[in-house]
Amino acid sequence: MANKAEFTEEQGAKGTTLRVSGRLTLSNLEDLPQRLDAIEGPAAQIDISAVERVDTVGAWIIHQFSGRTGAQIIGASEEAKRLIALVSLADADVRVRPEPVNPVVRVVTEVGDATVIALRTLLGLVAFFGAILMASWDIIRNPRRLRINAIVHRFELVGVKALGIIGLMSFLIGIVIAQQGAVQLQQFGAETLTVNLVGRITTRELGVLMTAIMVAGRSGSAFAAQIGTMKLTEEIDAMRTIGVSPIEALVIPRMMAAVIMMPLLGFYATLVSIFGGGLFCWVSLEIPPITFVQRLQEVIPITDLWVGLIKAPVFGAIIALSGCFQGMQVEGNAEEVGLRTTSAVVQAIFLVIVLDAFFAVFFSQIGWI
Amino acid sequence: MDLNAPIAVKIRGICNHFGDQVIHDGVDLDVRNGEILGVVGGSGTGKSVLMRTIIGLQRPSAGEIEIFGEPMTDEENEAQLDLRRRWGVMFQGGALFSTLTVAENVQVPLREFYPNLGQKLLDEIAAYKVVMAGLPANAAAKYPSELSGGMRKRAGLARALALDPRLLFLDEPTAGLDPIAAAGFDELTKDLSKSLGLTVFLITHDLDTLHAICDRVAVLADHKVVAVGTIPELLATDYPWIQAYFNGLRGRAAQSAVDRHMAKGA
Repeated sequence: MANKAEFTEEQGAKGTTLRVSGRLTLSNLEDLPQRLDAIEGPAAQIDISAVERVDTVGAWIIHQFSGRTGAQIIGASEEAKRLIALVSLADADVRVRPEPVNPVVRVVTEVGDATVIALRTLLGLVAFFGAILMASWDIIRNPRRLRINAIVHRFELVGVKALGIIGLMSFLIGIVIAQQGAVQLQQFGAETLTVNLVGRITTRELGVLMTAIMVAGRSGSAFAAQIGTMKLTEEIDAMRTIGVSPIEALVIPRMMAAVIMMPLLGFYATLVSIFGGGLFCWVSLEIPPITFVQRLQEVIPITDLWVGLIKAPVFGAIIALSGCFQGMQVEGNAEEVGLRTTSAVVQAIFLVIVLDAFFAVFFSQIGWI
Repeated sequence: MDLNAPIAVKIRGICNHFGDQVIHDGVDLDVRNGEILGVVGGSGTGKSVLMRTIIGLQRPSAGEIEIFGEPMTDEENEAQLDLRRRWGVMFQGGALFSTLTVAENVQVPLREFYPNLGQKLLDEIAAYKVVMAGLPANAAAKYPSELSGGMRKRAGLARALALDPRLLFLDEPTAGLDPIAAAGFDELTKDLSKSLGLTVFLITHDLDTLHAICDRVAVLADHKVVAVGTIPELLATDYPWIQAYFNGLRGRAAQSAVDRHMAKGA
């Protein structure tokens, strides 16, 4: 480029003189800074009279060179003088990077932080559960404070609107279980046992468990995001000032909706899964629907249904609890809402699966096999 | 102010609408080289939308914009990219990248446009820009979440100045700042615009800012620019919104503060 910044070195009586020419601006610098850095001092003068244009970066380079080598700046135009004065005012000892931390210390600190946060969350969750119980007790003594409208509205959001997606998911899961089971059982000539497999696994475990995961993703996250946003916009503080308890107005309706909707959704999911499995058996294994239903009645004990239906409200409570809890923890900025929503879903699914394991052992022990 | 100064931003017949809602209906405005132009208007008159239109974040449904004599288009070509690096924008909240430190934020545009700059020079540039924007030396290594609102705006300004732009857009620079920080920011804007020869397009609600640093003020109302000029010139018009704005209680208070300041200086 014609206007590229350039310089020449001259040895004079007083020492080295640098003559800079061209445009000393960011877009015309190219490798000039590196080459200037390569010059070891001291230099007597730096002549910038041939510089056509200069910006603050150019001025900084001149200023920095002159400071490093002791060169005197000559031939500066008015504009160059002004900019050099400006950057020299801004020349301070600035630390650009955060102080490096020893990696060992950092790992230990992070593990410690994570432990403290996990314990605090657990404690907070218990405290939050306590607050909900207290609010529930208040409502039991004063049933008129129950917000029926809010609860019914949540029923629709948590339950009715989830029917489509949960139905589709369960239908496909039913087909997958039947298909995968049939492939394995055929090897022993026992493909009729597919009915047992589909019927029992969906009523006992998968119907409710998959529903819980879907509700955690759909509604648990929504609870956290809604309450978190309300926390950010100070709506929750406004409620408190007016004398409305946020637990009563926001958490209890969501909690009740989840607790009541989960068994219904779980039962519905179980039925749809069985329907999907039955359809596969009919089409692929040529087990007619009548036979399929008869076999179901023979092989599924009624306790299997209780196993599923007892777990469902507990899962619902866990999902609503962690969603609302994480929402109430939001503080500061919008980024927090996203983080808390993620934790709400992760926490809910994790707790649901842990509890499911406990339930599995418990029900086996009491003989509901 | 030089009345014959060349035009930095030329806006002609800009129309913007969101659905049925008309925001701009034929906005004409000139920003002269080297001036600080304040843009005022009631809430919802499309001040920010006008700025977003000029910098190409919002596509107008009609109208033309020229910046430094070159037309703005949607094309993603070399010339448009070259145009883009000639302005800096400071958004209302600073809009800093939250995962980067202040210094790294300042370096983002530099790295993007000049990948060959050495790390040492990048660090030096970030350092002096941060100081120039009036931040303390220890702020460069901090993350945006560790800064106060005023410091975040200054960091946003440092990033806007990273490429040595000739044109600077400021969206409500003093909103949310306490009066001392706001006055400090006004001072900084004025100083920098003078020493760097910047043209500043400044959106504000702050009457004190208008009085203190703006060379001219453009008033947006009824979907257009209804008046442009110095504050005395605007006061001479009889447009009701302008009268209410500058002659309202707050407007008069700001004016008398300026008068008192002038009297003390004289």
